Amino acid sequence: MVANVKDKAVIVGVHNTRFTKNSGVSELNLAAQAVKGAIDDAGLKPTDIDGFATFTMDSNDEIEVARAVGTGDMTFWGRSHYGGGAATGSLHQAVMAVSTGMAECVAVFRALNGRSGHRFSDGVSGDIMTADAIHWGWYMPYGLLTPASWVAMFTQRWMHLTGITKDALFEVAHATREYAVNNPNAFFHGRHFDREEYDNARTIADPLQLFDCCQESDGASCVIVTTPERARDLKQPGVAVRGVAQAAAADQEQMTSFYREEFAGIPEMEIAAKNCYEMSGLTPDDIDAAVIYDAFSPIVLWQLEAWNFCGFGESGDFVLDGAMRPDGRLPTNTHGGQLSEAYIHGVNGIVEAARLVRGTSLNQPNKPVNHALVTSGVGIPTGGALLGKLDG
Amino acid sequence: MNADEQKAFEEEIYAFVGREVCPPTPAPDDVNMAMIRQWAEVLGETNPAYLDPAWAQQSARGKTIAPPAMMYVWGQEGFAATRGRAPNAQVDLVETFNRYGYTGVLGTNVKQEYVKEVGPGDNVSMQMVIDNISERKTTSRGTGYFFETLATFTDQAGEVVGTQRFKVLKFIPQEQPAAASSDDGGLEVPTRIASPRGQDNGWWWDAVDEGKVLIQRCKSCQTLRHPPRPMCGECQSMEWDSIESSLDGEVLSYTCLRHPAIPGYPKDPICAVIKLGEGTNIVSNLVGCEYEDVQIGMRVKGKIEQVDEKTLLPQFYPA
Repeated sequence: MVANVKDKAVIVGVHNTRFTKNSGVSELNLAAQAVKGAIDDAGLKPTDIDGFATFTMDSNDEIEVARAVGTGDMTFWGRSHYGGGAATGSLHQAVMAVSTGMAECVAVFRALNGRSGHRFSDGVSGDIMTADAIHWGWYMPYGLLTPASWVAMFTQRWMHLTGITKDALFEVAHATREYAVNNPNAFFHGRHFDREEYDNARTIADPLQLFDCCQESDGASCVIVTTPERARDLKQPGVAVRGVAQAAAADQEQMTSFYREEFAGIPEMEIAAKNCYEMSGLTPDDIDAAVIYDAFSPIVLWQLEAWNFCGFGESGDFVLDGAMRPDGRLPTNTHGGQLSEAYIHGVNGIVEAARLVRGTSLNQPNKPVNHALVTSGVGIPTGGALLGKLDG
Repeated sequence: MNADEQKAFEEEIYAFVGREVCPPTPAPDDVNMAMIRQWAEVLGETNPAYLDPAWAQQSARGKTIAPPAMMYVWGQEGFAATRGRAPNAQVDLVETFNRYGYTGVLGTNVKQEYVKEVGPGDNVSMQMVIDNISERKTTSRGTGYFFETLATFTDQAGEVVGTQRFKVLKFIPQEQPAAASSDDGGLEVPTRIASPRGQDNGWWWDAVDEGKVLIQRCKSCQTLRHPPRPMCGECQSMEWDSIESSLDGEVLSYTCLRHPAIPGYPKDPICAVIKLGEGTNIVSNLVGCEYEDVQIGMRVKGKIEQVDEKTLLPQFYPA
């Protein structure tokens, strides 16, 4: 059991910038917009912010964001590593800072020109000599260069072992797309699709086709984390962090843990789930909605299994029963997910999870959500968080 | 161009959408056998419905017709066009693109639809508009815009013969790497991206260059490990040697990388995680088989091969 920080930190402000394919502005500009928007949402002043948490992959130095926004003296900054594994990792940093008193108001942000600037689909290259480059060196010469290619390798084996088919992958893509249709800030706002369009789309890396993949995006998202005491005086209903955890499991590689005895699984997420459940005292039955990191459709299914909403190999039936849908057992990725809203490295997912608990999710307007799950990217060291109403 | 200039430029070009390039204009000559014969000869077309009046008389039509694809031919200007064209909306649009640096031009596709047949003695008129202009696109030829003209062809009775959409890319030509800057003046053929060789992995790749796949082995507890690393995770010994793999293996998983195509790599390469007979896993390519023939559990046999000018790699074949 890790240290218990249950309800010691609260999300009080959230904001997304507009999501585009070409922002026309710098990543610092996006970060500043997201942070300022979240501060406004919370009813705080810029000078109240005394800490920042983001991704090692983010290009924005905390001090630059601080100068741009005009935030206060800074007593904490912390970054989380491993790409999308840092989504709730950066929240984890903020919760640790706030719950220990190292900072009082921490802005968790991620800002990227992921389409008009550096694109993930450009893959990795061997230009520089680092441990990371040596790691990719075991894959690059063969052509295994992009996130889709790495995830495809896990997916093929997992489908082979479980018998789960593209029907389930389509259901993940379609359920999230239908949510995006109602979300004006989603790339696929107003754009339904069907099985025929899904099946006819080009193959990226077998068995993944175009609509199994998220979209490279420009944009930024931010949430503000503070203490329960401070949260009670602010204008929005507080969203308490009931549990948050990071985890890397034995024999972990970054996206290529192909050397485990069995690699069709994500044991690191099982550890994060176990720790979050223990910390919060909650069980899967207590979770009403979820934002599950969806860089690719199959990874949502693996995570449903890791968080024990169903057993290994059962996630296909779980989603095909309509679990992810608006009135299903676990409405999931209700903003449209990264498959259909935008890929802001999972921090837009924390925004949506907070909105679900507040009752302001566009697609779950009148439904009480007592607890929502939000997760980080998988295949890498990862994590997740369970959110609930402050004092609820 | 800054954002304001970009906006002004786009407003200028998008204002062309819907403008008429030419009003319905009758062709100077009627549809005629001489031109049909010439066109058919150049293209190797032998259809008697176009060329043989005697045959055509016995056919359902009772007479020859012009090849439908010729509808754009009848109004063509001929040699005069090489000495410049009279200003029209299309010429003005092209000049606007050129003025802003979009000097490259590439006809990308033509789509014709046929509604009514015409034959010798008919007269074809053409009307053309600028139908649409795309948003700014990044293409392998450079950044630019696609514009599409829509031509509508009618006969002397004013009935529609067919339509033609013609799409053109106007783009900023990319700087081509100057051939003179490379030593031998030749074009460099891309090769696969090589692994960097550091202290912990360089020996493994050096062995591949000598035709061998090695597996690192802990000298203390004999545990095999791959990929190589400096310490044994089982007993923490930093002493190691290696064994050579026989490259007998079994496919644990696989994928075919179809998009995007990667310069220097074969089209649609198959990658696989392979469990070697010695017990460790390795990632490599599957070759000598089609994707559809690969199965998890399939036995494979590897060997070191030169895959391009600079690269030696283990490659696995169905066993």
